[in-house]
Amino acid sequence: MAIAVVLILLVVGSVIFHFWSPWWFTPIASNWGMIDDTVNLTFWVTGIVFVLINLFMAYCIIRFRHRKGNKAAYEPENKKLEIWLTVITSIGVAALLAPGLLVWAKVVTVPEGAMEVEAVGQQWAWSYRYPGNDGVFGTTSIRHVTAKNPFGVDPDDPNGQDDVLVDGKHMHLPMGQPVKLLLRSKDVLHNFTVPQFRVKMDLVPGMVSYIWLTPTRTGKFDVLCEELCGLAHFAMRSKVVVQEQNDFDAWLATQPTFASATERMEPDLASGQASYAVCGACHGAQGEGNAMLNAPKLAGQNSWYIEQQLKNYKSGVRGYHEGDIYGRQMAPMAGTLVDDKAIANVSAYIATLPEKRVSDTIIGNTRRGKDLYRTCGTCHGDDGRGIWATHAPRLKNMDDWYLKRQLENFKAGIRGSHPDDPFGQQMVLMSPILGDEQAIDDLVAYLGAL
Amino acid sequence: MAYVAIADRDDPHAMHHPKSFVTRYIWSQDHKVIAIQYSLIAIAVGLVALVLSGMMRLQLGFPDTFSFIDPADYYQFITMHGMIMVIYLLTALLLGGFGNYLIPLMVGARDMVFPYMNMLSVWVYLLAVIVLMASFFVPGGPTGAGWTLYPPQAISEGTPGASWGIILMLLSLAIFIVAFTMGGLNYVTTVLQARCRGMTLMRMPLSVWGIFMATVLGLLAFPALFVSAVMMALDSLIGTSFFMPAIVSLGETSSHEGGSPILFQHLFWFFGHPEVYIVALPAFGIVSDLLSTHARKNIFGYRMMVWAIIAIGGLSFVVWAHHMYVSGMNPYFGFFFATTTLIIAVPTAIKVYNWILTLWRGDIHLTVPMLFSIGFIFTFIHGGLTGLFLGNVVVDVPLSDTYFVVGHFHMVMGVSPILVIFGAIYHWYPKITGKMYNDFLGKAHFWLTLLGTYSIYLPMHYLGILGVPRRYFAMGTTDFIPESAQAMNAGITISAIIVAVVQVIFIVNMIWSYFKGKDAGGNPWRATTLEWQTPQTPPEHGNWGEKLPVVYRWAYDYSVPGAKEDFIPQNEPPEPGVVAGREHGVEHT
Repeated sequence: MAIAVVLILLVVGSVIFHFWSPWWFTPIASNWGMIDDTVNLTFWVTGIVFVLINLFMAYCIIRFRHRKGNKAAYEPENKKLEIWLTVITSIGVAALLAPGLLVWAKVVTVPEGAMEVEAVGQQWAWSYRYPGNDGVFGTTSIRHVTAKNPFGVDPDDPNGQDDVLVDGKHMHLPMGQPVKLLLRSKDVLHNFTVPQFRVKMDLVPGMVSYIWLTPTRTGKFDVLCEELCGLAHFAMRSKVVVQEQNDFDAWLATQPTFASATERMEPDLASGQASYAVCGACHGAQGEGNAMLNAPKLAGQNSWYIEQQLKNYKSGVRGYHEGDIYGRQMAPMAGTLVDDKAIANVSAYIATLPEKRVSDTIIGNTRRGKDLYRTCGTCHGDDGRGIWATHAPRLKNMDDWYLKRQLENFKAGIRGSHPDDPFGQQMVLMSPILGDEQAIDDLVAYLGAL
Repeated sequence: MAYVAIADRDDPHAMHHPKSFVTRYIWSQDHKVIAIQYSLIAIAVGLVALVLSGMMRLQLGFPDTFSFIDPADYYQFITMHGMIMVIYLLTALLLGGFGNYLIPLMVGARDMVFPYMNMLSVWVYLLAVIVLMASFFVPGGPTGAGWTLYPPQAISEGTPGASWGIILMLLSLAIFIVAFTMGGLNYVTTVLQARCRGMTLMRMPLSVWGIFMATVLGLLAFPALFVSAVMMALDSLIGTSFFMPAIVSLGETSSHEGGSPILFQHLFWFFGHPEVYIVALPAFGIVSDLLSTHARKNIFGYRMMVWAIIAIGGLSFVVWAHHMYVSGMNPYFGFFFATTTLIIAVPTAIKVYNWILTLWRGDIHLTVPMLFSIGFIFTFIHGGLTGLFLGNVVVDVPLSDTYFVVGHFHMVMGVSPILVIFGAIYHWYPKITGKMYNDFLGKAHFWLTLLGTYSIYLPMHYLGILGVPRRYFAMGTTDFIPESAQAMNAGITISAIIVAVVQVIFIVNMIWSYFKGKDAGGNPWRATTLEWQTPQTPPEHGNWGEKLPVVYRWAYDYSVPGAKEDFIPQNEPPEPGVVAGREHGVEHT
């Protein structure tokens, strides 16, 4: 008897939960409202079936539960009833399937004149490519992928020269314009998902997949990877900015093209050295760092990382938070470097500085630190050398007090929370695995022993 | 010597009864002992997987709290949890455990047709489990590629256990498939060749039908997994490119060229979808028998039930790519696979109707097995209906890779078959041990498990509709997930831990009743099927003593009008004057 009552309560409870729970589709931002309609249709049909069948079962249990003297009926089959149930079920299923297939036909058919944008996935970052003025993408090959050519665009393909590259920053889309997203992966499976767009698709290395949609609402939306792609899968995020056509065009015009990104000359070390005079005042003439001035060692650090951080300081992506006292000191300093070229020069110069062994100031349990480092090492390299592809800097033989402070800053959201700092955000997501100060000390002590 | 049909070989002295402890309980060739060995190993390894799920729930419910769970651990936990539960627990327990125990007893055979191979099967299965468990202790730990083991990820740096762990996983799967094949050929041959006199195929209990069909599916589907395991191992170990295209992984250019990751997915799901029914069909069959016995009423629409099992089994081979709607395969496949997938809903729905129509005008005894069966119908309806979302390609797209999927498959192939397994263990416990379980503990176990699991999985569907992705170690901050979702996650974790802990009640009940339970007698449920008619309880080696049973009727003669009792065993000869049942609706006199 109790089971019948509980069944009724579960059915009623499920219905109440359905209508009252605060969790439902995010407000849609694309043309795929009809996908929501098919989901809603399915909810209604299956919901009614769920309620009816379970209530009927509860009724059977109450009505036909065992009591003294009861005897079950003997009815092996009932052809008529069985045929009826089969027919009704088939009709119900067809009623769900038919509209579903009609909408799917629209999903797979890209409208004429849709704008093409490429989303490129890699462990664990998104980047985007626009075809440029000629409207044609340059061909790509995984064999062309290097630190200088992260998209793998064929340097000899004329179509590729004007391709607009958005590396490690947000995707922008114009509102109201149908867009075909070409999806390409450099390493493993990924999945391009914007919950508000409804459509999603895997990125498969070795081929190009696609989805299409028309953004219907301006705003900034999360891009998530929804196909397990390794250790930092959950930290593979980006954003898509939907804006009016004019704003979009203005934004696109400021982005580098493949030609402009690769044209960069050999760095001018003399000019870099001149600029470095300002840096050296705190960081030391040889980039050896100065703990008293809270200026970390720079010598030996990967130049691409220094370059990126200088840009971040300059544009307020780093050193933006009041709590980041020393970061805020650095921000105006980076401003003294007039342009990207100056930043590149000084970064290249720093790479030439001779390296010295840093002195350890933090004591910790290196065994425990080694356990903790297995997460970090995935991006930063087992030996802490830093990996360009994951944008993860070198950690080996760098100042331990500085590493500790940065980890604390990431944990506190003082560094890396800026929306335009996707790699900083990954550190914000990763740093909580260091539960307490002891864990940070252990980790940093291990890094010192590398 | 002329061939004598197995059903006519009555001489038990040819059976070579085991004499020592070792041949009786360890290197045993008795299907009942092998069944218990299979079940105990499966339950033990299942408990490991249960603990793993508790660990991952701790992380999801209370992120940043447990420093002993890092992202690598988390992905290793979800991977091992999924693989253990699907293959090493459910498949092994339902086929190796229940299949072994029930088939010979229910079809009136003395044992499996190949007892020695049957013995090898369980020991090879144990080897597979040991290899799998060994992966916890190798450098890098077990694989964290997700239970689907998709390449290139599974064998690329950047995934936990990409060197040792994945190889041991593939090796263990290959060994498991060898074990399964030895057992599976046995089950199929036994059903086809060793049925006693009178046991026609259309008189077999649905438990046997379900297990038989599931075994056929397994024999056809597991080879796809076997070859993909071999190919992936070759890709990893000697640098072939079956599944590996040219990639740049973490800045390193690989030497692979031209392989297809989607090929692996096709092979995997060509196995993986029938696998769902390898688990579901035995549960369908068993629950039919539990419902019929405890409602004292014949199963409604027996022939339809058999054909539904066959139809579902057949269709299960042409629906696999519904797991791949957003995989990047040719999107036009979606039309075909959505259609086949929704067609499979029809025979499945018929089974649900027939279970409930079995209750209709029954004499329902709310025993523990009956409660679990009713619980199963409820959760299976829920999981089946959400399958209509995910099977219909366009509805699947927004829900794919979210917690909706997690909720769906746990409801339909986690909770549902597990409820049947519990019901079945309580149902056959008196036959296996000769003792009755403790009814109060059984009911407590049922209520806490049913309500607990529902409160875990119902909310997950709604988190999925919101867009919360699965396989995320931590959500961090997003602009679309409200705080309340994290509160819900904490609630789910608390439910999950309660459900995990209450399984202790089950284990205590099983152990306590074995020593202290009341004697159950040979047929406490007054059931019709042959296993309840054995001369001894628990049945001895050879099952039937001197003479094999002869079957005169179908398995569902409950409450036959005019009969003295409300059940007539299958081996009871027809009595003049009593309508001898109306097997399949046809009157016999």
